[in-house]
Amino acid sequence: MSAAPQRIRVALPAHLRTLASVGGEVEVEVEGAVTQRSVLDALEADYPVLRGTIRDHVSFRRRAFLRFFACQQDLSLDSPDAPLPAAVAAGTEPLLIVGAIAGG
Amino acid sequence: MSGVRVLVGTKKGAFVLTAEGKRDKWKVEGPLFGGWEIYHLKGSPVDPSRLYASQTSGWFGQVVQRSDDGGKSWEAVGNQFTYDGVPGTHQWYDGTQHPWEFKRVWHLEPSLTDPDTVYAGVEDAALFRSTDGGRTWQELAGLRGHETGALWAPGAGGMGLHTILLDPVHPSRIFIAISAAGVFRSDDAGATWKPMNQGLRSEFIPDPTAEVGHCVHRIALHPSRPETLFMQKHWDVMRSDDAGASWREVSGNLPSDFGFPIDVHAHEPETIYVVPITSDSLHYPPEGKLRVYRSKTGGNEWEALTRGLPQSDCYVNVLRDAMAVDALDSCGIYFGTTGGQVYASADAGDHWSAIVRDLPAVLSVEVQTLP
Repeated sequence: MSAAPQRIRVALPAHLRTLASVGGEVEVEVEGAVTQRSVLDALEADYPVLRGTIRDHVSFRRRAFLRFFACQQDLSLDSPDAPLPAAVAAGTEPLLIVGAIAGG
Repeated sequence: MSGVRVLVGTKKGAFVLTAEGKRDKWKVEGPLFGGWEIYHLKGSPVDPSRLYASQTSGWFGQVVQRSDDGGKSWEAVGNQFTYDGVPGTHQWYDGTQHPWEFKRVWHLEPSLTDPDTVYAGVEDAALFRSTDGGRTWQELAGLRGHETGALWAPGAGGMGLHTILLDPVHPSRIFIAISAAGVFRSDDAGATWKPMNQGLRSEFIPDPTAEVGHCVHRIALHPSRPETLFMQKHWDVMRSDDAGASWREVSGNLPSDFGFPIDVHAHEPETIYVVPITSDSLHYPPEGKLRVYRSKTGGNEWEALTRGLPQSDCYVNVLRDAMAVDALDSCGIYFGTTGGQVYASADAGDHWSAIVRDLPAVLSVEVQTLP
């Protein structure tokens, strides 16, 4: 019997919350390994409008002015297939998708 | 009662300005998509309720929005713009070759006959088409695949395909313009393309009369005479009477022939409008006076239109997609500025007033004439 899907918390930047028509954090269900890739796959499946806004449609590379943080760590340069921190997988901490501070 | 709906794209959202046919009382709605750059919005000529909008962000990339109710509600549709095949390279600022990279949609041009068909001009310069209301996009790759493609280079503002003109008389004919490559024409619905830059002269490129490399800022045509094209180039106002095959200068007595937009009166094919800007290094009006110039002779002879426009201490710019005309009688002319004003004239330019003064910098203005 496979493990039950894990509910992962994701915090989006304000403009993406507006685009996805959500309020605060969102929760997505992930089966199997909890990685950047699996969480973003689940996020985009639940909110198709976010496709292309966090990572490229084809290469799946993170957009340059976004960062991924969790548990006070910058995970942006980690492999998309690296496990996210246990607290994220356990649902006690969110994966933070953060826009670079810049602009006017 | 007839009326107009002015669609305004700005650096921080979209605004919809509406008025009845007299165009003296305006309702301002917005911002829509607040905080995002709205490069362009445009309505379908065959279904005025169908609108498309290009919503972009340096952080989050491209979103395309569609409305089926005249802008009351919107739906994000397809935002995947993938170049056909191996993208290849074009010329970079330093003369080296640089991979084609999609950045944003500069201009959306709905089909003249089908509300679900819409063209997108993008940066890095390419033309895409959707036939399903914006849900999916396919590149018309014959343009970027033209043998000169590797010679195209960005201007200071990027390498954008900014103008798309659909010929109402010859349904398979499309004109596009790219900064800084020039004008191209297709006579087979976008499959193949030819440069249409003969007669242009640009001193800022190594060969001033080269086949491609000209920084064309905008082209315009009147639907009744699509063989005649008008152009605001980086410098020079130009005219073609053979569908782009050759061009001649019609700058005439303009105080500066540098500028961005150019447009044609809805009912007078020889009446055209430009907004002179001081120079390529001084992007504001000469003498601090915001003046639209009108020629009723298709160029060469120009008159300044100043009534209602600031005639001192004005240092705004008017961008290439930020001028439009309505089809009412008399013709209304509209333009937006980088200072956030949207000016309108309900009498073909004789008198102007600001519909709204304090928007974010205006990137684009389009007008729908409503029944």
